[in-house]
Amino acid sequence: MLKGRDLIALADLSKEEILYILDTAESMKEVLTRDIKKVPTLRGKTVVNLFFEPSTRTRTSFEMAGKRLSADVINFSPATSSLVKGETLKDTAKNIEAMGVDAAVVRHKASGACRYLSKVLSAPVINAGDGIHEHPTQGLLDLFTIREKKGGIEGLRVAIAGDIYHSRVARSDIHGLVKLGAQVMVAGPPTMIPPEIESMGVCVVPSVDEILGEVDVVIMLRIQMERQTSPLFPSMREYSRYFGLSMEKIKDGMAKDLLLMHPGPVNWGVELSPEMAYYSNNLILNQVTNGVAVRMAVLYAVIAG
Amino acid sequence: MTKENRRDWLIKGGLVIDPPSGTMEVRDVLVERGRISGIAPQISKEGVSIIDARGMWVVPGLIDIHVHFRDPGYEYKETIETGLKAAASGGFTQVCCMPNTSPVNDTGAITLYMREKAKKVKGPLLYPVGAITKGQKGETLAEIGDMVENGAVAISDDGHPVMNSETMRRAMEYASHFGIPVMDHCEDKNLSADGLIHEGLVSTALGFKGIPSASEEVMVARDICLARLTGTRVHLQHLSSKGSVELVRWAKNMGLPVTCEVTPHHLTLTHHAVETYDTNTKVNPPLRTEEDRQALIEGLTEGVVDCVASDHAPHSLKEKDVEYDLAAFGISGVETALGIVLRLVQEGKLSPLRAIEAMSTSPARIVGLDGGGLGVGQPAHITIIDPEKTWEVKPEEMLSKGKNTPFAGWKLKGKAIITMVNGEVVWEAR
Ligand SMILES: [Zn+2]
Repeated sequence: MLKGRDLIALADLSKEEILYILDTAESMKEVLTRDIKKVPTLRGKTVVNLFFEPSTRTRTSFEMAGKRLSADVINFSPATSSLVKGETLKDTAKNIEAMGVDAAVVRHKASGACRYLSKVLSAPVINAGDGIHEHPTQGLLDLFTIREKKGGIEGLRVAIAGDIYHSRVARSDIHGLVKLGAQVMVAGPPTMIPPEIESMGVCVVPSVDEILGEVDVVIMLRIQMERQTSPLFPSMREYSRYFGLSMEKIKDGMAKDLLLMHPGPVNWGVELSPEMAYYSNNLILNQVTNGVAVRMAVLYAVIAG
Repeated sequence: MTKENRRDWLIKGGLVIDPPSGTMEVRDVLVERGRISGIAPQISKEGVSIIDARGMWVVPGLIDIHVHFRDPGYEYKETIETGLKAAASGGFTQVCCMPNTSPVNDTGAITLYMREKAKKVKGPLLYPVGAITKGQKGETLAEIGDMVENGAVAISDDGHPVMNSETMRRAMEYASHFGIPVMDHCEDKNLSADGLIHEGLVSTALGFKGIPSASEEVMVARDICLARLTGTRVHLQHLSSKGSVELVRWAKNMGLPVTCEVTPHHLTLTHHAVETYDTNTKVNPPLRTEEDRQALIEGLTEGVVDCVASDHAPHSLKEKDVEYDLAAFGISGVETALGIVLRLVQEGKLSPLRAIEAMSTSPARIVGLDGGGLGVGQPAHITIIDPEKTWEVKPEEMLSKGKNTPFAGWKLKGKAIITMVNGEVVWEAR
């Protein structure tokens, strides 16, 4: 269904294609529970991790996913590359491709960079996060995690809170959730709500506190100080008070069903107060585990189909 | 055509469209020694070359008051020669080139260099626009008098607009002594910082930092206030938003000395064009919404928007075949400007008279150039247009070094077939 295709954005995928990946990820997750966590599916295939922006978690997750499928995984990061010598992104990527790769997993600080490379390269490009555009495998693993707990996505109410503007995770989550029939609300300081976000099929609410009692899932986003070019809020202290989530905001009766997710790494004490680490429905580590299964499914889908 | 009579012509049977007189009728036009010497229903004359213009439009030579010819300094993008040839083929007889060259055109010497170089080229007349501030740094005034003496017709810090309102005020006051208008690229650089495209639903979906319309509008408002304070003529360049048009409408109702231009691309494309990720859609000010586009067209029809200018901004592939965020801003526009404006005529949005006024009469008036009309005794700057000729925009066939057009593959109807400057044919379609 997706063989030979790029995976740049969940905006590009149909509901059926998303469900196909999630279903495939279920069988991959079963592999991960085995004693020998490895299948020969992609033996002889080569996956290159082209990470132009530092990332340990996502890169490791893709690396593990590739290895579990018996692919050869090569890591490339700009610090050790010729990019520093003024080579263009296109040159670098084409050189790597010429060595013979079956898929390129690309992380880049610029929105649109993966789309650009997908036009330049003939091997499938998998977007591992481009600027503030999309992070489709994170979106898929969030869908997978919710579906695993709730049995389905359709009709759920999901809040995404925090720095929506600078979040590629939010954009992928929104596209995925909306396509699968969830109702999505976004919240955060007005400086972090991108203009006309309603056009993506969500509604904007002033504060996540007000809707905690009505939603099934809350996805808290990481405050990304490094992406801010002008002041968007006065202090971490004030942010955590008005826009963060703490146990005292979760009233009795909510805690039983309300799922908490976060793409990680968490700034404890900012978007989540430290005691939230012990919250019973905290799925942050489930997300990490599911990330490997979902990335196995994606590699399988675009390389082997 | 022979050498002796190369400035003597009888243009027969064309539809003369002359905005100053409001004429739109079939007329013969006689050109002698580089000047228009007669316009009448029937002219007979021995010893001049005849141009059969039946079915053609005969209009005052087109004028583009906003081009970047990159010379001196960025000759790999464009030179004065290639820029002028491209402009001639687009029907232009006079052009004004912006000062963001290297070095910046902030002295009489650079202004003179541009004019001298242009004189060697058979093409449109070139009028430099000098910088407002030295090095376009927004700090101290450039030698405005010296540039005017050497042929500058206006000043602008296009591309690096003056942020400091006090500096802008003094520039306007000082420029008024030399009788030239101050042009401004209206952009609050703090509001637009790191922006790539219009701030709206497309920037949100694609994850591109947006350039809000307000970054243009606050500076349009500032410049209008300064025009009121100083009385200096202010020309607002490449307006892109509905709010800007509304502000200019207000200024004009107040009788303030404010004029403005729009580009063919802002009249035609919206931010949805960016969804293709074609870096040729990356332009500053950015392509905005359909509502903005309609307001620009309406402004142009009504005359709130005075003229069309191409903002011809050629770039090499090196600057465009890259990731969107790294690509240079700008569209190579002199060769498509007329065809795009005629598209609005064909859609019934603009009358032929208003279209020619916006591309010739108004720009001549704004910068004080000879031309813009077909009066007897005027220099024979004439463009002959085949309004029925359909053609396809092919970047590889463009004369400009800059092939960066978002209109590649577009089929346009109407093209300049003869461009005449001072009675000399500087370009003729094959
Ligand atoms: Zn400009």
